[in-house]
Amino acid sequence: MSENQNYETHECDVLVIGAGGAGLRAAIEASAQGVSVALVCKSLLGKAHTVMAEGGIAAALANVDAEDNWKTHFRDTMLGGKMLNNWRMAQLHAQEAPLRVKELEHWGAVFDRTKDGKILQRAFGGHTYKRLCHVGDRTGLEMIRTLQDRGIHQGIDVYMECTITKLLKDGDRISGAFGYYREDGRYVLFQAKAVILATGGVGKSFSVTSNSWEYTGDGQALAYEAGADLIDMEFVQFHPTGMVWPPGVRGLLVTEGVRGEGGILRNTNGERFMFKYIPEANKKDFAETDEEAARWVEAAVNGQKTDARRPPELSTRDNVARSIYTEVKEGRGSEHGGVYLDISYQDPERVKKKLPSMYHQFKDLADVDITAQPMEVGPTMHYIMGGIRVDADTQASRVPGLFAAGECSGGMHGANRLGGNSLSDLLVFGQLAGAGAANYAKSLSSTPSVSNEQIKSAIDDLEEPFKADKNVNPFDLHKELNQIMSTYVGIFREEEDLRTGLEKLNQLKEKIKHASSSPNKIYNPGWHLCRDLQHMMISSEAITRGALNRKESRGAHSRLDYPATDPEYGKCNTSIFQQGDEMKVEMTPCPEMPCELKELFEKKH
Amino acid sequence: MPEATLKVFRSKGDTNTFETYKVPIEDGMVILDAIHYIQQHYAPDLAVRWNCKAAKCGSCSAEVNGKPSLMCKTRMDDFTTGEEITVEPLRTFPLVKDLVTDVSWNYQVNKKIPPFTTNDNGEWVIYQEDIERVQEFRKCIECFLCQDVCHVLRDHDRKDAFMGPRFLVRTAGLDMHPKDTLNRSKYVKEQGGIGLCNITKCCSEVCPEEIHITDNAIIPMKERVVDQFYDPVTMFLNKIFNNKKKLV
Amino acid sequence: MQQSSSLRQQASFGTTTRKDAWWVEPVLVGLGFAAFIIYATFRAFENNYFEIGPYLSPFYSPKFNFDWWHMSPAFLILWIPAGFRATCYYYRKAYYRAYFADPPACAVGHFGGEKYCGETTFPLVLQNLHRYFFYLATIVLAVLWYDTVKAFFFNGAFGVSIVNLIMLANVILLSGYSFGCHACRHLVGGKLNCFSANACTKSQFKIWHWVTRLNEHHMLWAWLSLFSVGFTDFYIRQVACGAFPELQFF
Repeated sequence: MSENQNYETHECDVLVIGAGGAGLRAAIEASAQGVSVALVCKSLLGKAHTVMAEGGIAAALANVDAEDNWKTHFRDTMLGGKMLNNWRMAQLHAQEAPLRVKELEHWGAVFDRTKDGKILQRAFGGHTYKRLCHVGDRTGLEMIRTLQDRGIHQGIDVYMECTITKLLKDGDRISGAFGYYREDGRYVLFQAKAVILATGGVGKSFSVTSNSWEYTGDGQALAYEAGADLIDMEFVQFHPTGMVWPPGVRGLLVTEGVRGEGGILRNTNGERFMFKYIPEANKKDFAETDEEAARWVEAAVNGQKTDARRPPELSTRDNVARSIYTEVKEGRGSEHGGVYLDISYQDPERVKKKLPSMYHQFKDLADVDITAQPMEVGPTMHYIMGGIRVDADTQASRVPGLFAAGECSGGMHGANRLGGNSLSDLLVFGQLAGAGAANYAKSLSSTPSVSNEQIKSAIDDLEEPFKADKNVNPFDLHKELNQIMSTYVGIFREEEDLRTGLEKLNQLKEKIKHASSSPNKIYNPGWHLCRDLQHMMISSEAITRGALNRKESRGAHSRLDYPATDPEYGKCNTSIFQQGDEMKVEMTPCPEMPCELKELFEKKH
Repeated sequence: MPEATLKVFRSKGDTNTFETYKVPIEDGMVILDAIHYIQQHYAPDLAVRWNCKAAKCGSCSAEVNGKPSLMCKTRMDDFTTGEEITVEPLRTFPLVKDLVTDVSWNYQVNKKIPPFTTNDNGEWVIYQEDIERVQEFRKCIECFLCQDVCHVLRDHDRKDAFMGPRFLVRTAGLDMHPKDTLNRSKYVKEQGGIGLCNITKCCSEVCPEEIHITDNAIIPMKERVVDQFYDPVTMFLNKIFNNKKKLV
Repeated sequence: MQQSSSLRQQASFGTTTRKDAWWVEPVLVGLGFAAFIIYATFRAFENNYFEIGPYLSPFYSPKFNFDWWHMSPAFLILWIPAGFRATCYYYRKAYYRAYFADPPACAVGHFGGEKYCGETTFPLVLQNLHRYFFYLATIVLAVLWYDTVKAFFFNGAFGVSIVNLIMLANVILLSGYSFGCHACRHLVGGKLNCFSANACTKSQFKIWHWVTRLNEHHMLWAWLSLFSVGFTDFYIRQVACGAFPELQFF
């Protein structure tokens, strides 16, 4: 064991972990409230996963469809989430998203415009109206750059390429966090009154994913270990359209914007299969014929009104992903095991203008010209709806001083997230978390103290892989984890698979204890992965346990052995927390929606 | 399965060497895939920066066969079979380890640029034609390949006086924003060192986002500087018709 | 797995790990310019064979005839297009690469000393006056258009020949080059931040848009017009000294 107790120390009121959309927005808000803020990110600033978001930010600005308002957005979100959403979060989200978008515009974000000079909005799956404010297909980049530039001029201290491995507590309260710099392995202690987790998702546990290496479920694991509870972790969103070929880019995201702009899904027989997968209950909202769908697209392209209904490709993500999966499984898939997504019937110049990065992505990486040929697409693990349970108005977890926002928090999206609701989620709840944490920090009369013991245990834990008796390559373990999760906890789930998966995860947990690394601390990815694996294991186990426990199909959680939706489960969130060394699962009742909101679902819309 | 030969820059303590690795080639493979293969099979401590693997985040910048490129976008089938492919870190920035360099200087430069400033707090009406120029600049993914290839930074090491193409693009994006109220001509001349750019256009050549860095950002900014500091006629006119934008 | 080669190399002239023929472009550009400069210098000194019938060589237009000037009148004119091209943003790129090797090509070590001042000190700071050469070159261009129109009339009768067609092609190419100029692009509208502000800025946007279209291919216009201006002069010279026929079609 190393006796080297050298680490640098920083003090701040609020520590934000993660510098994607939510983290940056939270840091800006906290800083604006007059507390000192430190922002930590695993990558360089501005590289967070938010840059990958393409399609747009959902906000009921009603610039394109004047009928839109927050109530419709709220209703769409709840229905998309199969009513499992935290109603208060969904309400705040729908109400505040337009404010946050306009604020972003006033900070310098440059959105595409309508002909009369307002922010342009496009259609997306599950949204009744054209609601997604966008910048071509690089909305996330625009958002992160705007927030980044706003943030650095507000006096936020940014610590780049720094990984947090442990949250520190003083009694029940948060007192800081400990971690290391990736660049040189230097240890670092942040003493903080409040910590905001904004670390994103868990995609790196799956083999086919649209997520980057950073998505190792750090926030979920840190919070879980600090005593917070995670909810609804079984709801993992598979984005219907990821690239399937070539192998190196398998899983890479193909924006829903392609379908929003009129992209058509066909199987290998040329059949437009989505018509047959629209659930009975929603049939009235979707076009019934090619001709009607074409009229809708025509009108959308020209910015006109139409009585035609939306094309079936704009069904919710869970449904489209399952449909594609089924088509492929039943032998109607494309050459490389996907289906075809076609936008080539449109004017090539328009396609290049509206979907520039898709055009380049396919041209450069797959030799496919999307203005002339269809794309091959298939489901890819994309997002986790579940996460740290937080209070809707302050984003506080049950651990005093611990807050969470963005993908790592849970509740907002219920059983399935609508496209475009993520970027707005980041802004709305980032802002609330920033305010919540700043208020909490101000309310503390004394600064919580950090214990040397906790720091020592964090260091020991980090140096474990350097020990001589360790002998397993962490990259092999990572691959094994990917295989387990993709095989046993995929789009369609079954009791037996899940049990096998859990057992294999338990075996893997033992092996991870033997993960080894060369004792070189300078930018050593092998060493970093050894630590990340522990975090990945926690969220993977939580997903599997949650999935086992929920014996119904709802939204993104599809059980072959329980294909129906069970109203009883609809009243409960799955709650996961640590008890001793055990992971516990409990069903907790969903908060009750007030009557005036309930009415929205009774009225014929 | 066909194999590729990669010569990868490795730093071992104080000495730097090229190490040669053999990697099996798959369809559509890119350099970053090969680097990951090496990491997984031969060298878990091979340092490389990457994130999205889709040319959207600009993390995996390196020099492949001497050309500044994104590793996730450089395809193995662009090279002839049997060709030795060299992979090196960016030369312009201090080395951290292997393919990773310390690019923090760029963040310091960015912080100093006078930020977006507006005095219009109402509902904004902006037409598409007013922002098309700015949108091109905002496509930048901050891969810093332009900074790497720019000879003012690379050969002459004028990081003390020159902000580099990336930040001239950024400044142009702020200056040309229809709602911005600052005129950054003085800033780019005096702090940004725009005069050091001799428009040899390598920045535009390497830009993975195909931003016309020189033609659309740097040269228009140079012309704005001329308006403010070199052209006696415009300088005179500026004095008479007091320009609304505040000079910084 | 075996180890090979060395440390990171120091940046000196030609240092690169590029494997392609990066030197081809600067060499060709250097030769192209040199050929033109040598020919133009020769022609300027020649002071002969620049005018025949209605045709006047662009090297000698507008035609000056001053008592106090004893050298070739070409020198009174040529400094304007020469200055316009020497300060042109495209040509600057081309000759900084080809002749100054600073840098010779992208990611290739530069040539020359430690002290680099770019375009901040005399004489290169004068590059900033490009727009004044643009104004002057526009006047010269107007004269060339006048010459070209005149070249279609033979003692008052309209006629078409190979020579006046070459002259026409030349002025079209020269116009495409001049009006695609970066300074011109700035002056007509690039300096605005809001194109939609009023009727005036809206029309400026339209002009800016056209100039931008030309500007996208500024390099191509630069080379074609350089060639055409040399060739026009060459053809007129050959006709004037009787080596080439005039080839009048009607």
